[in-house]
Amino acid sequence: MQKASKFLLLYAVFYFLFLYAPIFLLPIFAFNDSAIISLPLSGITFDWFFLLWETEALHEALYNSVLIASIAAILSTILGIFAARAASRYSFPGKKGITGFLLLPIVLPEIIIGVALLVVMVQLGLSLSAWTVIIGHVLICTPFAIVIMSSAFKSFDVSLEEASQDLGVGKIGTFFRVILPMVTPGLISSFLIAFTISLDEFIIAFFLTGTDVTLPVYIWGQLRFPARLPSVMALGFLMVTLSLILLLIAEYFRRRSVKYTINESTLMAKNEETVF
Amino acid sequence: MNSKATQPIIEIKNITKNFGSVRALDGVSMQIKQGEFFSLLGPSGCGKTTLLRLLSGFDNPSSGNIFIAGESMENVPPNLRPTNMVFQSYAIFPHLNVAENVGYGLRKIKLAKDELENRVNEALDLVDLSNYGTRESHALSGGQRQRVALARALIMRPKVLLLDEPLSALDKKLREAMQVELRRLQQTVGITFVLVTHDQEEALIMSDRIAVMFEGKVAQVDTPEFLYRKPCSKQVASFIGVMNFIPARVVKSRAKSIEIEVAILGKASLQTNKKYVPGSEITIGIRPEMLTIVYDKQHEYQNTFEATINTRSYFGDMTYYDIQIGDTDIKATVSMRNTVGRPVLEPGAKTQVAWGNASLTIIDGG
Repeated sequence: MQKASKFLLLYAVFYFLFLYAPIFLLPIFAFNDSAIISLPLSGITFDWFFLLWETEALHEALYNSVLIASIAAILSTILGIFAARAASRYSFPGKKGITGFLLLPIVLPEIIIGVALLVVMVQLGLSLSAWTVIIGHVLICTPFAIVIMSSAFKSFDVSLEEASQDLGVGKIGTFFRVILPMVTPGLISSFLIAFTISLDEFIIAFFLTGTDVTLPVYIWGQLRFPARLPSVMALGFLMVTLSLILLLIAEYFRRRSVKYTINESTLMAKNEETVF
Repeated sequence: MNSKATQPIIEIKNITKNFGSVRALDGVSMQIKQGEFFSLLGPSGCGKTTLLRLLSGFDNPSSGNIFIAGESMENVPPNLRPTNMVFQSYAIFPHLNVAENVGYGLRKIKLAKDELENRVNEALDLVDLSNYGTRESHALSGGQRQRVALARALIMRPKVLLLDEPLSALDKKLREAMQVELRRLQQTVGITFVLVTHDQEEALIMSDRIAVMFEGKVAQVDTPEFLYRKPCSKQVASFIGVMNFIPARVVKSRAKSIEIEVAILGKASLQTNKKYVPGSEITIGIRPEMLTIVYDKQHEYQNTFEATINTRSYFGDMTYYDIQIGDTDIKATVSMRNTVGRPVLEPGAKTQVAWGNASLTIIDGG
């Protein structure tokens, strides 16, 4: 193999610094024994974490966030299953356009979604609460769920479904005994990624939250008080760690689901005659 | 044979199936007998797989009717039909082990635990996979997967077992062994097997009867022997093995036979119930193995003709010669077993070829 030039190495180093340096600052100041965010560090402390432990408003925000993220993740994963199943199993007019539109919210600016949803909610006379945030989060999480579930369904061999029916099991039984077990890794992956997205999401939550403040919105509120900054750093450190763990688990299951189906299809004979 | 053996288990009545503007099946009718090993044979796209899917219930006919065990299958979904299928891909459930795969269909029937275990073991014994129950399905070879698929279908005790090209994914050696074994299995369990295949040899070896299909239509339904000896058309004749076609002219038509004059070969008498107008042109078929290259000058053959060898294909045990009959442009193929005293002839060689009256058959259709 050719040796990489020094310039490319330098480029790579700066690239990673740019990506991760701000995140590495979080733990540094989260353990710093001073209310002022500046170097040099004055000593190590766990006080900021204890402060988090004692702040009631934070607990409420955390509870709201986890509740919202869980429900939004479940709903968007279910919607993702429906859409992915329809796209992989059935053909219908305008299929390509429809599946394209389903993924559109990924590229829509969240601030536009947030404002639009707010207008709709107000027009409908709905009061802002955790539920309005859930609706917003389902909207932005579903496209991700669709993408993940589609890859789980894509390489699914239709003859497995037919074999189950052939052995006397109806459509609903087949869904629960064959289809669902086989896409379970994708399901877990989709749930975890939707959960993480919802947990971290700020803009839509900010518009739709009402009095049920979520964690990111709470953090934003805290930034007005300079003295709270170190504890926000500590909170940020915890959130980054949690997100990272969730994403690693999600990736593990996503890969397993791909391996599952690919193992199968490579062993399968080429079926040239399915139509006639 | 008892009377049940003559009762059709499957009756296919004037089935047509369209996929959009493509007509996959066009007025197909046939009867399959109880306990028969029946094959649907034809090239890709002839409609054989479509017909199997109509029998299993995965597709519905555009028109016509199917009766299985005397009952109309109209609007009967696959899970309620007395049929089970061995899929071309075997469709082994990857998240279940061998025993769970085999017992999959029985869970619906709610058997006692030990009864279920017994049935599973019985089915595994039947396909020689006795100690494989706890084996994970991804750890199976192609041949083992096929056996699991067979056991999983047979455990349901279906009235009809449908097999969709079950041997196409196996290598040659294993395929040949499985042909014999499938036939043995079918005779052990006594269930009607309906097999789809494009491999004529496979169909000939295993089947009691074969339906040859072309372009959505049934060309001929017969026993392997009849199909080979008396193909109804040129198309059937050349799909099943090799057939030489030689033009002939009817000389005389009698009650149960005709006398013909075959191009250069001379006069022959053939048995037939059909009437032919004297003087009309017909086509005669003769299989390559029914022609013999004469090695011994002191031969006792009655009918011989002169031929020149154009090309030869050496298969080890056999040699196939493409010959030119006399000084006409009529070509034929002769196959010879390579036994002692039969040196392989080279292209260009002139030789005597013998043939017998009984080896000729009239080919009517185009």
